[in-house]
Amino acid sequence: MNAEARPTVRFASSNVGALAAMKGVFARDMKVAFRQRQDLLNPLLFFIMVVSLFPLGVSPEVSFLREAGAGILWVAALLSVLLSLDHLFRHDFDDGTLEQLVLQPQPLFLLVLAKTTAHWMLTGLPLVILTPVLGVMVHLDGNSIAVLCLTLLIGTPVLSLIGAIGAALTLGLRSAGVLLSLLIIPLYIPVLIFGTGTVAAAGDGAAVGAYLALMGAFLMLALTLAPFAAAAALKISLSNG
Amino acid sequence: MWQFFHKLGSPKWFFGISARFMPWLLAGGILLLMAGVVWGLAFAPKDYLQGNSYRIIFIHVPTAFMAQSVYIMMASAAVVTLVWRMKLADVFVKAVAPVGLVLTFLALFTGAVWGKPTWGTWWIWDARLTSMLILLFLYGGVIALDRAINDEKSAARAVAVLVLVGVVNIPIIKYSVDWWNTLHQPATFKLTEKPSMPAEMWVPLLLSVLGLYLIFGWLACVRMQTEILCREQRTRWVKEFVMKGRV
Repeated sequence: MNAEARPTVRFASSNVGALAAMKGVFARDMKVAFRQRQDLLNPLLFFIMVVSLFPLGVSPEVSFLREAGAGILWVAALLSVLLSLDHLFRHDFDDGTLEQLVLQPQPLFLLVLAKTTAHWMLTGLPLVILTPVLGVMVHLDGNSIAVLCLTLLIGTPVLSLIGAIGAALTLGLRSAGVLLSLLIIPLYIPVLIFGTGTVAAAGDGAAVGAYLALMGAFLMLALTLAPFAAAAALKISLSNG
Repeated sequence: MWQFFHKLGSPKWFFGISARFMPWLLAGGILLLMAGVVWGLAFAPKDYLQGNSYRIIFIHVPTAFMAQSVYIMMASAAVVTLVWRMKLADVFVKAVAPVGLVLTFLALFTGAVWGKPTWGTWWIWDARLTSMLILLFLYGGVIALDRAINDEKSAARAVAVLVLVGVVNIPIIKYSVDWWNTLHQPATFKLTEKPSMPAEMWVPLLLSVLGLYLIFGWLACVRMQTEILCREQRTRWVKEFVMKGRV
């Protein structure tokens, strides 16, 4: 990788406010990502491929797909977020940017939050945008697709935030990818249950407000706690090497 | 008080003191567990609905109870590791994680054996069972992460972070039965209420829970001692202990 593609973070003086630092990290992550477009595309392709495996592998029956569609899309989205997590800190760890981030005077958890937000914008959000198309392919009705998009919109940031903890913990380890999945999938299960539960409730014609509120609660919990845990894990991982 | 606190951080002190009360833990544990299990399996009255098959409760409930309890203990130790960097706390986490894994597996296994005659199926995707399964995965993750990191100190702290993140799951397990209200019956013991079963049933159950607690305490001590010996192998007292057989 040439140095040109990976600009350094430029806010060396301590009089840069935390918010400006977050903006800087966010902007840099976006810039880096758009210089490596293939990395952006891969999770999306993976998402589409996993979804298309189910009709081929289980059954192309409309009744089955309508029943299982929301679950399939959720699982596929979960897996593609998981797949993309490895990139969250890896390159920055390899070229030393991460150490610079840890050394910044601004609180590390805010910078982690900025990085995670960028990660979500680059993986979670495109998955949500892609969902209606795939929803039609698995014969979900319009209302279910709308609710599914809404649950993914609330749910994928949770996935990114929890995933950031796992990515930080497994940074620099052998077989980090498999280990990351082992650590993170158990923590993803409640989000998955409520995400698909919401769509199922919508399919039955029930009110989904309470479900969405619960998912929102998950998001708030992850948003407030996960950056701290991820920042702590990053510091541990960096002291490890 | 502070002196005790400091002593608690010393592996050597723990090694000596634990050797002193370990026999009591083991003896008390075996006694209580035998009493509870024999009473429960042979003498407690039959259940009016489930007949004799309910008797596996005397193994199922203690293991399930301990499986969750061990995780909470690990989480408390993880806080101590992160805040005070106390050596013994991470020795504890490392030593008991496999015990917790086995207990969780036993709880799931006995649950499956119990489920077959009463629910007519080995496994069901019920909230309670699923969250125990997640607990099993969490224990697995903790052990895997600990094995993957070579450096002892960062392994301890990374594991502590993971354990604390996973502890979010424990209340979900605890209240899942009330939230989803599915097939699994609610908790047998509650602090605030009288048990809904007759004394001849819940007393032996309580005995076996307490017995398993003591046995776990003994097992934790044994495993912690082994871990301490491995970690402190370069110190003089360990060499002396190995040569003479006492501290």
